[in-house]
Amino acid sequence: MAKVAMTVNGRKVSKECEDRTLLVHFIRDNLSLTGTHVGCDTSQCGACVVHMDGKAVKSCSILAAQAAGSDILTIEGLAANGELHPVQAAFKANHGLQCGFCTPGMVMTAVDMINRYGAQLDEKTVRENLEGNICRCTGYHNIVKAILAAAEDMGAAGRQAAE
Amino acid sequence: MGVEGIGARVARKEDKRFLMGQGRYTDDMSVPGMRYAAFVRSPHAHAKIRSLDTSAAEEMPGVIAVLNGKQMLDDGIGNLICGWMIHSKDGSPMKMGAWRPIAHETVRYVGDAVAVVVADTMGEARDAAEAVVVDYDVLPAVTDAVKALEAGQPQLHPEAPGNLIYDWQIGDGDATDAAIAAAAHVTEMKIINNRLAPNPMEPRAALGIYDSAEDHYTCYTTSQNPHVARLVMSAFYNVAPENKLRVIAPDVGGGFGSKIYIYPEEIVCLWASKRSGVPVKWTCDRTEAFLTDAHGRDHVSTVKMAFDANNRITALKVDTIANFGAYMSLFSSAVPTYLYATLLSGQYAIPAIHANVRAVYTNTVAVDAYRGAGRPEATYLLERTMETAARELGVSPAELRRANFIRTFPYQTPVIMNYDAGDYEASLEAAMQAADWNGFPARKAEAASRGMKRGIGMSCYIEACGIAPSAAVGSLGAGVGLWESAEVRVNAVGTIEVLTGSHSHGQGHETTFAQLVADRFGVPIDSVSIVHGDTDKVQMGMGTYGSRSGAVGMSAIVKALDKVEAKAKKIAAHLMEADESDIVIENGALKVAGTDKTVPWFQMALAAYTAHNLPSGMEPGLKEGAFYDPANFTFPAGCYIAEVEVDPETGKTKIVQFVAADDFGNIINPMIVEGQVHGGIAQGIGQALLEGVHYDPDTGQLLTASYMDYTMPRADDLPSFNVSHQVTPCPNNPLGIKGCGEAGAIGSPPALMNAITDAIGNNDLTMPATPQKVWAAARLAAN
Repeated sequence: MAKVAMTVNGRKVSKECEDRTLLVHFIRDNLSLTGTHVGCDTSQCGACVVHMDGKAVKSCSILAAQAAGSDILTIEGLAANGELHPVQAAFKANHGLQCGFCTPGMVMTAVDMINRYGAQLDEKTVRENLEGNICRCTGYHNIVKAILAAAEDMGAAGRQAAE
Repeated sequence: MGVEGIGARVARKEDKRFLMGQGRYTDDMSVPGMRYAAFVRSPHAHAKIRSLDTSAAEEMPGVIAVLNGKQMLDDGIGNLICGWMIHSKDGSPMKMGAWRPIAHETVRYVGDAVAVVVADTMGEARDAAEAVVVDYDVLPAVTDAVKALEAGQPQLHPEAPGNLIYDWQIGDGDATDAAIAAAAHVTEMKIINNRLAPNPMEPRAALGIYDSAEDHYTCYTTSQNPHVARLVMSAFYNVAPENKLRVIAPDVGGGFGSKIYIYPEEIVCLWASKRSGVPVKWTCDRTEAFLTDAHGRDHVSTVKMAFDANNRITALKVDTIANFGAYMSLFSSAVPTYLYATLLSGQYAIPAIHANVRAVYTNTVAVDAYRGAGRPEATYLLERTMETAARELGVSPAELRRANFIRTFPYQTPVIMNYDAGDYEASLEAAMQAADWNGFPARKAEAASRGMKRGIGMSCYIEACGIAPSAAVGSLGAGVGLWESAEVRVNAVGTIEVLTGSHSHGQGHETTFAQLVADRFGVPIDSVSIVHGDTDKVQMGMGTYGSRSGAVGMSAIVKALDKVEAKAKKIAAHLMEADESDIVIENGALKVAGTDKTVPWFQMALAAYTAHNLPSGMEPGLKEGAFYDPANFTFPAGCYIAEVEVDPETGKTKIVQFVAADDFGNIINPMIVEGQVHGGIAQGIGQALLEGVHYDPDTGQLLTASYMDYTMPRADDLPSFNVSHQVTPCPNNPLGIKGCGEAGAIGSPPALMNAITDAIGNNDLTMPATPQKVWAAARLAAN
């Protein structure tokens, strides 16, 4: 057993877990944050994507112990004060989700993508950057639309803030 | 149309919880004392179990129980069943072999469960499962259905000699043969419909909770139809009587058919909870899902399509062998019969049709309905054949289809179905316009100048949805009626709850169904809640599959709304001292037509519950239920066009454009309907280009058991889609709805394959059209 401490969604947490515990199971089982999902066992589907120290990671691909001391953001921590994050809002406005199971990973990947590319995102880049996230419901059409809309929205907001 | 009513693109009410990580799926559920199950599964495709030694596993840390199939048999847990009786053409009933939830004598596919471990943690359960020792006497296996019918092959079930489950036929064989003999031209093909793994992103899961104080069971499960699960677990598997069994299907992460069936694992979790005295949760991992979720398709067919000198189809003859896997899953028998062969007329007037279907056991996991279920197989067969015939006859594919379209309705096909409405020309026209069909030669020439081979292909599909008229399906062998139920509860403050037997696992019922109510009474959509997925809340229902929730589920809601409206008007008329026939409902109020007298909706509702001033003899309250049994199937139809570019150097196919023109009848929420089409097309493209289940033919090992090996469509495999709707309302249900859930997966594979074969000039190509296959076929055509 290991005692693992980290910051999750702005809150310091410390839990006992088996040495072999993956970060995703630490988040789901030890912290009861069940928004992060497990959709495969080969790190292909991306349903478990969270942000670790500001970067998107598949939380099934690292041990909880490896994340000790890090700053983790899960889907539950994305909306501020109950207001949907612009990426969440864009997914809703563009019908970018159906069953909702891949959605948390999609949204966390999309936020990371927009952080990296900003308003420079185009459809081809979005599709290539979604390689690691599988959705079986939407055919990606509306997910791509939602991410492009959010990127534009956030770019505009960023420009406004800078002015 | 209001902003929230029928026809409006209302953003989904359910989205917020999913987007904030607050969806509640089965694996998210925890209860005090809960433990974890892990299954011991057969590594062999076919074997006798000589012995099972659980002693080492029982000593492992955290282990509470290691249970086996013999114990399950001793406790009276029944065999898994197939719920649709098919009779062979000789009149004999289908030959169903026994399927035990946990095998104790023979295993018949890789993944067949042989024991289950219950332990404190998932890790401990899995560790202990590894320590169970099973001594197998390995038998030869057969995975290919055509081969399994041959003499001398391994035999799966003593009940089914020669591995043949049924040998069934439909249509007029003599008339078909005569027309083929007299034909001016006959197009003949061998058609293989590749085996697929459904792959909803949420793996299956079950949580069984036995309450010894009440002798009551609760099952959380990833089901598309919790009431059917309760009925079957109660009536056939002897888990518990219905009044002692609550089944809850909470948020479910996609189904596509694979979550219709009642699998061994949910039965085992309930049974194991009683045996071990703790709540038991099992969560499938992805490899386990590939091994044990029912697969789809897997047909091998030959087809003859006969034409007269005017290119009119005179006959269609089909022979199909359908792989059923090792056991008959719940709806398996209906898929290659009444969901397949009855659609072989397509959109065409064909005077004579005959189909023969043989269903076959093999040492693979069960095969059952997967998005489209039989209709994709029928459409692929017909539309590949039509395209091939057009090439052979030297006419354009559009003209050949036009020459044979059914144009008057109702139309009785020779294979049971009676098409009620449609306009196939309209969808064909719309698709060709949207795709700029006529501009294709120029685009092909431009592509050729870059060394690329460009092709275009179409597919005109029809499907039967709104499943289904109960008496009709009963006469065809169905074990249940396929109606739907609804209850509308108007609360004392006027808010409304709609209880439905339909189940949403991505389809957006919480929005679409609420739109229907908002439209009817002019109340805000946020004052309407949809309740589903819990047998303690909703009395009974048949669930969601076969694109039935709109056409059947919402029709039941309409019937209940009719009753609510009638009573509401009586109350309002009494309050306003007006005649009931003068009351109209507008913008959330009941008004006396032509006057300024009005009662707000909430005030009428309050009056119903205070009951201080109701019409004489009226019962208090405002709650009405209804069962709706459809009068006919519905018949969505459309035309899909794919345009591709093949790189002859690599064999890689790029989809340049994909156009869908669908007639779903009336549409409640176009945004949601388009989303259904997008997703269906992606699955169809997956089947045509990427996906295929492969078993090793000698050992029966599943070679495509992970996302490393089975190619799921990714965002960069697909284009954006060009989707449009043409509308001929369905005359057989109150909303004129046909259904939209499966069309995309039905119409798209043949369009893609017609386009690729057009591009490379070689018609001999099977799905999935991988770069390797396309490259080889293109080389053959070029040389």
